[in-house]
Amino acid sequence: MNSREKILQTIGQNKPAYVALPPVNSFITQTDDLLNTFAETLTASGGFCTVVADLQPVKDFVLQQKQKGLEVIVGVEGLSDNNIGSFKNYSAVQLQQVDTVVVKGSVAVAENGAIWVTESSMGNRVLPFISEHLIIVIDKESIVANMHEAYKRITIDKEGYGVFIAGPSKTADIEQSLVVGAHGPLSLQVYII
Amino acid sequence: MSKRVIDHSEEATAFLKDEKRAAWHDETLWFVRAKRDKAANKIPDWEALRETASKIKEHTLSNLDVLLQEFESKAIANGITVHWASDGDEHNQIVYDILTKNKVQNVVKSKSMLTEECQLNHFLHLKGMQVVDTDLGEYIVQLRHEQPSHIVLPAIHLKKQDVSETFHEHLQTEKDNIDPTYLTRAARKVLRQKFITADAAITGVNFAVAETGGFVVCTNEGNADLGAHSNKIHIACMGIEKIIPRAADLGVFLRLLTRSATGQPITAYSSHFHKPKEGQQMHIVLVDNGRTRQLGRPDFRNSLKCIRCGACFNTCPVYRRSGGHSYHNSVAGPIGAILAPNLNMKDNADLPFASTLCGSCTNVCPVKINIHEQLWSWRQLLMKEGYGGVAKKTAMQTMAAVLGNSTIYKLSGKMGRKFMSWMPGLVNNKFNPWYKQREMPAPPKQSFNEWYKQNRKNE
Repeated sequence: MNSREKILQTIGQNKPAYVALPPVNSFITQTDDLLNTFAETLTASGGFCTVVADLQPVKDFVLQQKQKGLEVIVGVEGLSDNNIGSFKNYSAVQLQQVDTVVVKGSVAVAENGAIWVTESSMGNRVLPFISEHLIIVIDKESIVANMHEAYKRITIDKEGYGVFIAGPSKTADIEQSLVVGAHGPLSLQVYII
Repeated sequence: MSKRVIDHSEEATAFLKDEKRAAWHDETLWFVRAKRDKAANKIPDWEALRETASKIKEHTLSNLDVLLQEFESKAIANGITVHWASDGDEHNQIVYDILTKNKVQNVVKSKSMLTEECQLNHFLHLKGMQVVDTDLGEYIVQLRHEQPSHIVLPAIHLKKQDVSETFHEHLQTEKDNIDPTYLTRAARKVLRQKFITADAAITGVNFAVAETGGFVVCTNEGNADLGAHSNKIHIACMGIEKIIPRAADLGVFLRLLTRSATGQPITAYSSHFHKPKEGQQMHIVLVDNGRTRQLGRPDFRNSLKCIRCGACFNTCPVYRRSGGHSYHNSVAGPIGAILAPNLNMKDNADLPFASTLCGSCTNVCPVKINIHEQLWSWRQLLMKEGYGGVAKKTAMQTMAAVLGNSTIYKLSGKMGRKFMSWMPGLVNNKFNPWYKQREMPAPPKQSFNEWYKQNRKNE
């Protein structure tokens, strides 16, 4: 008998009597003031949050960074230099100098400041992590109250990979002192349109 | 009982010798516990969440074989290779075979308590492979040739100065520069190169979803993602109890996990892996290593509901004052003390006694494991199986004899009071562990029984 069979057989012998699976749809959803709740929560987690009327401030920022000679990769529709698709097959070594990546988030969660970013919107899975700085653009309408609402809106296996991002990379592993910017991005800026 | 290499109470004594450091450890973890309370209190139906999480896990355990097979077939359909390992050795061999088949020399690893349990690093190191732990806390303890002392805060036993010295030695940072940002940046520089120049990445798994055949990994540092996405091979290692039935269940667990662990609303990254990226191999190793045996112990199977948040560590008065290394097990703290005896009853017989049974662990557990009751049940079982030690057994037998007979009880009470007032040194001495850090109470002149008889006579 191989290990798979042995494990499954032992579970069959040892498992307790069947317990029904509970529903997960009866939790309190606080829907008032989603925008401010989201902004406050994300700010508390070390992110920056700016409410904008349209994409113009994002365009201005990207231009500014590029003029400084920094490598910026853009993955938001409506921005003229949307080039994220062309980096799909780049290796991490080739992407290690990237300064800023701009991506679109599809669902944002007020309660914890998390934003769902899919593989197709990041072009290359490593981009939101290897970049020194990350910018996520979201629509105000995409903010939901909590994780239950978020999972109703997304299909986690629609693509090969997806991630909730809720701030810049951080650590408190040295004597519990919070340091923003561990191995991933040193900063996260969210633009809410 | 044969003498084990490490004994919890002996190690705790050593830990407490540095009073200042021990006090810092205690206070810091209590601060994390307080942050957990604050985060939990912000959720109006926190208790309903805990109850639901507990029920989902109970369902999972009652249907584990079915869910594992559902997960396996969905994962295979997603293009993931699924492996099964009965124990730690088989797990290590599977990982090694994948690595050698692909001519891997350098591996980056993000946090996985399972690989600690199986001692994978040690195994691969002996085979000549380089494995770098990339979680900052784990990286620090790896450089120091130590074990993590906490499942969420691996280097909580260390101070800035310790980290500074370690980094000065290994990363050539400035001597005595103890600035956490400076030290973190130094590690960032080294580890980012490790991520992009490695040949394979190993990660743990926080949740594996049966319905979709994918898995979720939570980190604050982004190290699991940097490793997994930078490399051609991603191996995810998980205990079989990490399965949850539905994608919607993630909503429940991700709301509970980090709030319980550190008081954060969620980790910076909650990554959902379902398919390997183009040109990548993705492997999952499903590991038993005693879990099916624990499933067959009605008193202890609930321990398999654990989601490894560490809340029971932070609240535990014994853990906070003894440190993680005193538990001599990959998972320390109260949950470790009920998991470890299942792995090896003899070597871990001391751990269920490393508790005051105050029940705080049970109160904070996000999946409602009755930890303190299981600690008590393990004590019963360990004594019955003969792992309690001669001293404990003799003491228990003596106590049973004294408390079971009123004549002996009265007589020994009288003798005790006399001895304690005439010759306190006879009981309050270094051979009696009860008097360590304790002052002798003044013995009463008479028992209540004697007082009652005397006063009634005077009426």
